Amino acid sequence: MRVGVITFPGSLDDRDALRAVTLAGGEAVSLWHGDHDLGGVDAIVLPGGFSYGDYLRCGAIAAHSPIMSEVIDAANKGMPVLGICNGFQILVEAHLLAGGLIRNDHGTFIRRDQKLRVENVDTAWTNKYTLGQEITIPLKNGEGGFIADDETLKQLEGDGLVAFRYLEVNPNGSLNDIAGLRNKRGNVVGLMPHPEHAVEPGFGPDTADRMQSGVDGLAMFQSILSATVLS
Amino acid sequence: MTEHIPDTVENAAATPEKDQPYHLLGLKPDEYQRIRDILGRRPTSGELAMYSVMWSEHCSYKSSKVHLRQFGQKVSPEMTKHLMVGMGENAGVVDIGEGWAVTFKIESHNHPSYIEPFQGAATGVGGIVRDIISMGARPVAVMDALRFGAIDHPDTNRVINGVVSGISFYGNCLGLPNIGGETWFDPVYQANPLVNALAVGALRHEDLHLANAKGVGNLVVLFGARTGGDGIGGASILASDTFAEGGPTKRPAVQVGDPFAEKVLIECCLELFAGDCVEGIQDLGAAGISCATSELASNGDGGMFVTLDNVLLRDPTLTAEEILMSESQERMMAIVRPEKLDAFLAVTTKWDVEASVLGEVTDTGRLVIEWKGQTIVDVDPRTVAIDGPVYNRPMEYPAWLDALQADSPAKFDRATGGDELKKQFLAILGSPNEADTDWITNQYDYYVMGNTALHTPDGAGMIRIDEESGLGVALATDANGRYCQLDPYLGAQLALVEAYRNVASSGATPMAVSDCLNFGSPENPEVMWQFARAVEGLADGCLELGIPVTGGNVSFYNQTGDVPIHPTPVVAVLGSIDNVARRLPSGWQDDGENLYLLGVTHDELGGSAWAGAVHNHLGGLPPRVDFDSEKNVAGLLSAAALEGLVTSATDLGTGGFLRAVTDGVLRFGVGARVWIDEIMDRDGVDSTAALFSETQARVLVSVAREDDVKFRGLCDGRNVPVLRVGVTDSTSGVLEVQGLFDIPVAELARVHRGTLPAHFGPVVGG
Repeated sequence: MRVGVITFPGSLDDRDALRAVTLAGGEAVSLWHGDHDLGGVDAIVLPGGFSYGDYLRCGAIAAHSPIMSEVIDAANKGMPVLGICNGFQILVEAHLLAGGLIRNDHGTFIRRDQKLRVENVDTAWTNKYTLGQEITIPLKNGEGGFIADDETLKQLEGDGLVAFRYLEVNPNGSLNDIAGLRNKRGNVVGLMPHPEHAVEPGFGPDTADRMQSGVDGLAMFQSILSATVLS
Repeated sequence: MTEHIPDTVENAAATPEKDQPYHLLGLKPDEYQRIRDILGRRPTSGELAMYSVMWSEHCSYKSSKVHLRQFGQKVSPEMTKHLMVGMGENAGVVDIGEGWAVTFKIESHNHPSYIEPFQGAATGVGGIVRDIISMGARPVAVMDALRFGAIDHPDTNRVINGVVSGISFYGNCLGLPNIGGETWFDPVYQANPLVNALAVGALRHEDLHLANAKGVGNLVVLFGARTGGDGIGGASILASDTFAEGGPTKRPAVQVGDPFAEKVLIECCLELFAGDCVEGIQDLGAAGISCATSELASNGDGGMFVTLDNVLLRDPTLTAEEILMSESQERMMAIVRPEKLDAFLAVTTKWDVEASVLGEVTDTGRLVIEWKGQTIVDVDPRTVAIDGPVYNRPMEYPAWLDALQADSPAKFDRATGGDELKKQFLAILGSPNEADTDWITNQYDYYVMGNTALHTPDGAGMIRIDEESGLGVALATDANGRYCQLDPYLGAQLALVEAYRNVASSGATPMAVSDCLNFGSPENPEVMWQFARAVEGLADGCLELGIPVTGGNVSFYNQTGDVPIHPTPVVAVLGSIDNVARRLPSGWQDDGENLYLLGVTHDELGGSAWAGAVHNHLGGLPPRVDFDSEKNVAGLLSAAALEGLVTSATDLGTGGFLRAVTDGVLRFGVGARVWIDEIMDRDGVDSTAALFSETQARVLVSVAREDDVKFRGLCDGRNVPVLRVGVTDSTSGVLEVQGLFDIPVAELARVHRGTLPAHFGPVVGG
């Protein structure tokens, strides 16, 4: 399984995403925003960062970068696409996922180990979790407040498209505690917290058992290895 | 609008009597005369601009140079063994083995951070990171050492919010983990906060780059952001003045940062290095093009020809002098072989980074700058960049110091029972300088890059450098202005041993030092005495410990009105560790482990947190420094970490023994029972000293039961005094100080974590 990670100008967690793919057992492929070429990959990760300096709106410019026309085509044909943080914002700006992401309600950037509940396991990126599983992965963003109009929100909930929900603490004022979404087909998933920062023992969040040993994000990258392209 | 007519060399020679505003640019009459003597004529306005910024205190180190020389003189062979590049370059470079080197440096951005806290702090991070890139390294982490005014002063809220969000904004957007630092509050910093930013980078030995312009005919290329009107004269004017109330606003003089441009510049530079496109490189910081051209030329073949018209401008109305002085951020200057230019431009184009060829390296020994077809600068670059004025400023033993040192905290009655000691302890724990800094650090990303092995609240930050072998580096910054006020010589050494011990407590071996020396006005002889003593102390201390100073920065004129700050020499120590998997956190996680105190305790409470928080007192003498004991304890920790004999190590610093125990408890929320009877018996101290004394060379470690015998054997073998002082308890939820008092862990956390949010707003999820 070849998993591509796209680097935009201002991508920051691209190396982390490549490492996560490798640790999960996949073949990590680096892709460049300026190319019109997906390099024959089987799945795509849009990593975290501040693509194009977050000018205009977070993810807005990246959503129109050259490679995104291929990504959107592929996603519409069923290729698995994961957007993390800024990647989630790009997916929303590209209308592959619903809603919008705005400045955190408390107004500042926040980095914390965030508890989430897995709300949906019928996707290319979450099938290694169990439904309702509680996981802890790092969150770090300034503009992670999920918003949508009432109708969209109702539809997201009604169609079961919420992939992850914040538990215990809502760190940014997201409506309905929404931390991540899936599309109807289940091939596209986006979330604000960072699963790629919880994949390697010794470099993840603290756990009750051992410091920095949290690897709850790894299942997301393992999920894709067993997922077939959802056509 | 009349067109600005540049002042040419020809014109300068023809009009020697022209009145020049050198004093407004911060130059003294004798300095101006010296420029005239060097040139054999009056300087052109462009030359005057260059000399004025490059001869400013900030760029020339004219008041500090005579003292800083000690760092190069007090050196043993042991200290240079691993040093690849020493002081004088953009940043020092240390060989950490396996073909890897690291470069690190700490630098101040104090004055801009008071005027415009957000941009001042942000560009402070940007500047130090460019220093690291200039050495050919990939930046891998940042830290920040911050000092603010009184926590309850109305203006502190403005400054701390701006500074922290500026660091957060810039550092997070660069994708650099922020792994540590320190925060102090004291009224002496009220109108003069200290913002010291550290960056560390990693490189393979063969990738080392230096700032020199060699090879006649090689091209001088300016790339990165366009040049605008930011910070014109900022370096000299901002760094030479203090903030007289009611003066004109200096707001426009602070530069504005764009971390996105810098992030792209980092990746672009690393690709240029990898493609061997660059012969020499220099970042543009203070004094902009003036500094880059004169330094590159001075360190190379000695000559350079530049056409200033080729500088890409954000503001086309800038004059030649303004272009020379502009401090627009996110710019670099490279020396490129002509045949490599196409490859160079291919990389910059890929990253959408603008570049323009300004000129070429010559062997004339002159830096010649043309503007609109006329020569506006023609100087020997060494006279601008290297041979600036050097002052041996008058020094005077402070008139008030004897009285301050005589005012010992011994005059205070000691607590007599557990209740009073508990009250004092909680007062210390919640005091602004001992309080938890989550409110600050949870605005920083420490996860990015995936190599962070230790971070706040651990005493040192640690980064994995080699993902295969686990080779890594640890870093800590420390300074205690209160100690330094009492004795700047000892105070500087105390900062050094504290940072050294923090690094050793992480399991790493200390290797090198960078310093950021923050002081008042060098024109005040008492301040100059403090500075000289601090530098001497630091240089002597480094020689004792066998670790070199590899670089740093001096910041003078830190004062409000006539009142200088406490001398604040911030010392950063870097260490290496073979495998970060063997790191030690600053707290215990398991039940039933033994707690051991390494080192002995004296009654040393002068300048302590106890004196400050309980008695609002600063006086007496700071703790003594014992380098042999420090080395002994550090060696033991390194050996114990290697053999896996200790599970955590917490250095004893401000607040003393009980403060370290609290760190250990709160790191993972695991309680403990501790006792001090044996400390009191063995060391002949009372309960106040046992709990709160700040005696150095002490570390608290936790040891699993099965390693007990081996650990005690290791201590005996290395002659490190050791006492069993407690046991961890994961079920009680309590810190019990046997025979004195109990405190629930939840209450400890509440007191420790409540202070900053009470003043600056809630912590998310806190």
